[in-house]
Amino acid sequence: MKNDNKRRSFLKNISLATFSTLALSGCNMKEIDEFLQGNFRELTPEEKDEIVKNLAEKYKKRYGKEFTVSDEPAMVGVLFGYALDISRCIGCRKCVTACVKENNQSRDPQIQWIQVLEMEKERGVDLHHSNINYDHEKVPEKGHFYFPVQCQQCRNPQCVTVCPAKATWQEKDGIVVVDYNWCIGCRYCMAACPYGARHFNWGEPTIPTEEINTDVHYLGNRPRQKGVVEKCTFCVQRVRKGKYPSCVEICPVGARKFGNLLDPESEVRYILDNKRVLVLKQELNTQPKFYYYFG
Amino acid sequence: MKINEIFYFMKNRLINNISLTSLLLTLFFIFLISCTSKDMDVKKVDSHEGTEDIVEVKKVSTIDEYAVDPPPFTDGIFPCNDCHGYQDPNPVRRDLVEWHDDISFKHDSENRWCLDCHDIKQRDSLRLANGKLLDFKESYKLCGQCHGEKYRDWKVGVHGKRTGEWNGKKHYLLCVSCHNPHTPKFKKLKPDPAPMKQEDIKLVKKSENIESNEK
Repeated sequence: MKNDNKRRSFLKNISLATFSTLALSGCNMKEIDEFLQGNFRELTPEEKDEIVKNLAEKYKKRYGKEFTVSDEPAMVGVLFGYALDISRCIGCRKCVTACVKENNQSRDPQIQWIQVLEMEKERGVDLHHSNINYDHEKVPEKGHFYFPVQCQQCRNPQCVTVCPAKATWQEKDGIVVVDYNWCIGCRYCMAACPYGARHFNWGEPTIPTEEINTDVHYLGNRPRQKGVVEKCTFCVQRVRKGKYPSCVEICPVGARKFGNLLDPESEVRYILDNKRVLVLKQELNTQPKFYYYFG
Repeated sequence: MKINEIFYFMKNRLINNISLTSLLLTLFFIFLISCTSKDMDVKKVDSHEGTEDIVEVKKVSTIDEYAVDPPPFTDGIFPCNDCHGYQDPNPVRRDLVEWHDDISFKHDSENRWCLDCHDIKQRDSLRLANGKLLDFKESYKLCGQCHGEKYRDWKVGVHGKRTGEWNGKKHYLLCVSCHNPHTPKFKKLKPDPAPMKQEDIKLVKKSENIESNEK
């Protein structure tokens, strides 16, 4: 008799629990959906469409603007590569500004994906003696050269290896991306990256509404939240549509080159074939797809 | 009477029990769902996504002509024949004082002067070393006479700025869009502001819903 009672109350409880779960989820379905969202790489196209649609609505509510949120996958037959002419860069930081605007980086607290290092010609590429806070009236400054550093899009990315949540990975076109919905903010990747290319949102990011870029990609420049890591994605929202990254388009001296490493006729391949090329911290075997060259 | 009381007591306890257990169960379910999905990912996701399965290579579409910006003429200076058409040409090398005295010429000025690039008769044209006339829109060919390596790089899109599509139509700039042909050295620029120093970045309370965060 007693046992029967137990079983009965258990059955009652479990039905009630199911009911209350449903009721609970009913009151804020979207938030729970977002919380229970699977890993982006395992989602079906329909699930991705739904997520992207919900995000567009969320951003519209927050910023009062129509957003185009894309989840465009990698093109087939493409491996993106980048080349930067250090004999030509004058350190004007136009790329930094363009990148901040294109990729909706937080203005306060300040986050910048590109850092332009000023180096002394006498010392050569010497990171220890480089300066990112140079503030000259006009650049280039005599006796100096400039060395912009951003995500090197390694073929062997250590940030991906250490991520305990599998929230960052290398796409088929070689771009290392972050799923901001899955990032748990542990910053292991920042410790693992030898280039200082990853940045953490210590506070809720702020972007002036009039400057926000509404053409966004799920894995790229969509507005981030506090507590997640972000980085350069070669402007995934642009390059997957065939456009150049915005740092390439803005560079007034044409020091930045971009293209498909698998295409022997691309600009980057021409540079690899004909110019003197170096990669940053080659000894670490990260195998960057970001090359520095002397034009 | 007594039985009634017992019933009442039991009922109360049962309700309490139910609400507590249901809450616990709900939490447990959420935990279970999130856990299982993460476990699955660890097994399925392959972090070394290679490029082995790529078959066709996406190529740059062939470019037949260079889409360039128009030559950057000073206002009102072109066509040259508006003035030169009525003047007898003077082929003697000299310092210009009356007209074009604003041109500072620092482009191998020891050995060259105006008529090495501008044609003496057809003022609206440029002139190659072999005497062939050239439109101002094709001035890159003139530059390429001496700067062959740069010209080669420019043609393939490696020297100079390109905009447009990495796998399609590109927009080129003429050499003279960036280099003044008379003083070709690239002009110095004012840099954009330096980044904030890390120690100056402060996290402040922005609104009531966002807690202030001390690092």
